[in-house]
Amino acid sequence: MKIAITSQGNSLDSSIDPRFGRAAGFVIVDTETGETSFADNAQNLSLPQGAGIQAAQNVAATGAKAVITGHVGPKAFLALEKGRIDIYLGAQGTVAQALEAFKAGQLDKADSADKEGHW
Amino acid sequence: MLTIAVASGKGGTGKTTVTANLAVWLASQNVDVAALDCDVEEPNLHLFLRPVWTKTTPENVPVPEVDEERCLGEECRKCVDLCRFKSLIMMAGSVMVFPELCHGCGLCTLACPARAIREGAREIGVVRTGATAGADSARIPVVGGEMRIGEAMAPPLILAVKRTAPASAVRLIDCPPGTSCPVIASLGGADLAVLVTEPTPFGLHDLELAVGVLRKMDIPFGVVINRDGMGDDRTHRYLEREGIPLLGTLPHSAEAAHCYSEGRLHVDALPGFREAYASIWENIRTLAAREVSR
Repeated sequence: MKIAITSQGNSLDSSIDPRFGRAAGFVIVDTETGETSFADNAQNLSLPQGAGIQAAQNVAATGAKAVITGHVGPKAFLALEKGRIDIYLGAQGTVAQALEAFKAGQLDKADSADKEGHW
Repeated sequence: MLTIAVASGKGGTGKTTVTANLAVWLASQNVDVAALDCDVEEPNLHLFLRPVWTKTTPENVPVPEVDEERCLGEECRKCVDLCRFKSLIMMAGSVMVFPELCHGCGLCTLACPARAIREGAREIGVVRTGATAGADSARIPVVGGEMRIGEAMAPPLILAVKRTAPASAVRLIDCPPGTSCPVIASLGGADLAVLVTEPTPFGLHDLELAVGVLRKMDIPFGVVINRDGMGDDRTHRYLEREGIPLLGTLPHSAEAAHCYSEGRLHVDALPGFREAYASIWENIRTLAAREVSR
């Protein structure tokens, strides 16, 4: 299964980006093969609106079935839910540490948004 | 019709005070005047003019509704890719619409090759019309908008306020603060703008931003300094340096603040203010005449 982890950089050593919609990018990890790749999210950083749902669309395009991030807002949550992509919140530290925490079952699976929408 | 927009970069400088007092002063001089509250996010002109509202009309913007049966799905993506407001996404093979992000431009409906999108409606707020309750000759038509709570898109409602307002010799528009889209929508089509400022560093900073907007929009303008005597003289010096007409000053006084806090009008309650507004109006007329012959 592919997992998208919001990241401030492009590797496992990069720090987690706690934001979903305006994350710098996503480190995509294939849990079966161990392969990683990076999906840039820079085009969303300066969007006046809709960054969360655009990020959800970008994540879906990578084939990821789960997202690991810090927080998620209501529209992004709806979009990810529609795409049947699970969301794990509360990630901290590096991408690698977040991945370990996820594997150890230490991250909360979101059943709703934990942030308010901007409007 | 002479349309005068009362604006300012900064909130709390006295836009509404100037609009309401000028409207009442003009009506007392038998000028046919209408007052528009275009600050639809936080309308407050009615607190001073106290109109009797006679009509309330909901205002809608179109939002796309997608017919899944007709939608071509992933192969097409036209609506998703063209939407500049990013209010549509393609998720799991179907289009998801986020109405709160939609500006109602209608491009997706036009672009859809399968005619799968039709325009639904979303209420963004209401437009109210009425008139002040004074003597018949002095009744001032008042129009204002109020956005639905949680709504983020003011411009269509502002345009509805302007569309709804009756024709009058003078139209005074109380603009929202700032320099973003709602201000631009309020200023659009104005013959002249009156920028209200206070003589403080914050006031001057935001005045400079507003001046930039008006120059860009090519709308002639002058400045009223409210609470003159507080702060410093930097605003006066700025206006001289930039060659911006000073339309008038309103003094900084405890009585004026007290009067305002009770929702009373300065031209009714305080000596000297009628003369101040008479002079402001004279300067507005001079500016308007000069700009018409430009």
